[in-house]
Amino acid sequence: MIRSHSFRKVQGRFMEGICLLAALIAVVPLFAFLWHLVAEGASSVNPALFTHLPMPPGETGGGMLNAILGSLLVVGSATVAGIPIGIGAAVFMTEFASPSVTSALRFACDVLSGIPSIVMGLLAYQVVVVPMHHFSALSGSVALAFIMLPVVVITTQEMLYLVPHSLREAGHALGIPTWRIASSITLRAAAPGVLTGMILSVSRIAGETAPMLFTAFGNPYLSLDPKSPIATLPHMIFNYAISPYDDWHRLAWGGALILVIGILGATLLSRFILWWHQRSLNS
Amino acid sequence: MDLPSIDKLEPAAAGMAPPAPSGTAVPDGPGPAAQSRPDPSLPVEPEKDLTAVKHEIRRGSTGHGADRMFRLATGTCAAAVAGLILVAIVFMVHGSLPAFRDHGIGAILSPEWDPTNQKYGALTFLFGTAYTSVIGMAIALPLGVLTAVALVEILPQRLAKVISLAVELLAAIPSVLLGLWGIFTLVPLVRAFEVYIYKSPLGLRNIPIFSGSPMGVGFLAAGLLLAIMALPFILSVTREVLLQVPTSQREAAYALGATRWQAISKFIIPYCWKGIFGASLLGFARVLGETMAVTMVIGNTPQIKASLFASGYTLASVIANEFTEAPSNLAISALISLGLILLLVSILLNAAARIMLIYLGRGSGGNQEAK
Repeated sequence: MIRSHSFRKVQGRFMEGICLLAALIAVVPLFAFLWHLVAEGASSVNPALFTHLPMPPGETGGGMLNAILGSLLVVGSATVAGIPIGIGAAVFMTEFASPSVTSALRFACDVLSGIPSIVMGLLAYQVVVVPMHHFSALSGSVALAFIMLPVVVITTQEMLYLVPHSLREAGHALGIPTWRIASSITLRAAAPGVLTGMILSVSRIAGETAPMLFTAFGNPYLSLDPKSPIATLPHMIFNYAISPYDDWHRLAWGGALILVIGILGATLLSRFILWWHQRSLNS
Repeated sequence: MDLPSIDKLEPAAAGMAPPAPSGTAVPDGPGPAAQSRPDPSLPVEPEKDLTAVKHEIRRGSTGHGADRMFRLATGTCAAAVAGLILVAIVFMVHGSLPAFRDHGIGAILSPEWDPTNQKYGALTFLFGTAYTSVIGMAIALPLGVLTAVALVEILPQRLAKVISLAVELLAAIPSVLLGLWGIFTLVPLVRAFEVYIYKSPLGLRNIPIFSGSPMGVGFLAAGLLLAIMALPFILSVTREVLLQVPTSQREAAYALGATRWQAISKFIIPYCWKGIFGASLLGFARVLGETMAVTMVIGNTPQIKASLFASGYTLASVIANEFTEAPSNLAISALISLGLILLLVSILLNAAARIMLIYLGRGSGGNQEAK
């Protein structure tokens, strides 16, 4: 059907307007969230939040020291376990594996990264908690390591893939063994990108709550023992958010603000590193 | 130490020999070798030669002791990552066996869930998961696709970058914090909307999906949060797909006198609808397993109701809420079997979506021309 030019023009403008409106709506949730977070959270971030342990229900004051330290411990040990394995797998994919094996592994990682985190928590429960007979910080780290592995592999592999083949060939031409090429040439050339991937994967697991419910379990006291239950920041925010106490809601917002500053800060930092790296490559 | 490395180099050199003439012909410009080949094939050729060289080098390098170790170590890492899927399936199936033995797989379709009385029907949770996911996707899909069109086709590059950064940051916000925001901001807004519908003189509350008392928590609030979480995924995948549409496709539209919107709706969207479908599958797989935010705003009542305003329960929420308070090992096993459902569905959806996107990448073949 042929319509007049002016009709098509008006129709086009109208539909383009709808697209622009959609783009506007798409950014609303982020700013609405950040607005409320800062409005509610700014007043509850004080030194006590970092230095005090939580108070019993109904009493005001207290902080989230145990949860902050717990999160650092659990996320830290997951990172120590997950990142070397992830980078190793990515190096295997780019340096050794044939193209079909690489794409099969990539497919597996894509599928893995889509598995809900609560299922990874159930897996860690069965792998670690059941044999140990009790909840533990260790099982929480295992769950987080499961979640971060595919993310580390995917980002590292993409970054290694960007390293020009001529660099590797130069190494081979000099008779350098492959492990030396991978560690001193490929990984080094891709270092900023690999670092970006690490930061992104850590920030992805730092806010995970669902798997913590039945692995790290939570703990109202200060504990740094990997074999006993431990509090983590997102889990504590969850418990406080669904509690009936106003003071706990206040603490939950304060904890949320700290967590978001950490996660968004890390995300922006990783983007900056990548941007800086690409700029230095181009110049 | 010297001898094996020389041995190692020889096959590599042998592998390099055949492609050498075509490789050197490129910088020489119009040499005899360059004339014998059509120009467009030139950039493709070195890629093929490189893999041959790589294979030769690899074969040679297995002779090197340290290299063999390195290869074994990294290969073990890769096998561990790929094996994680199998480990997950095996453990989840093993964990659900007691439940299956006790009441059979068919019991999943019963609507009664009462662990203290050994009733483990999952129908209400399946319904809740499906309903909230559909609500979330029904909002996120059009919003994401239209936004992607605006970013790729309409807005200036700089503004588009700022908007996509903002939406990507949204993806970084943990689910539990969106749930916190949901409890204190979104739920009151939803409640106000529900009160408005309830009091509306038009009798809107007689429509089944708007029926029930206004509580705020329920399918609608959960669906809205899921839409917020699915949006970044759908947007980024759709954006990638739109960027892969060759410029010639746009030029063809304009040559026929199409307006920009006609080019978008009749030439560009139809060109990449498969990719958009893949994007929506990915988004769907993602929202199915979302736990924390949904648990915080859905009301956690196991019931099957068509109303958007009713409260419900999802597979992930019931696992999160009841796992640590399960009255028996059988109840734990039943909850693990719900997790198994989530696992299998997410694997299937992700695999299907990835395969679609891979085929799309091969089929379109317009990557060099992408904008």
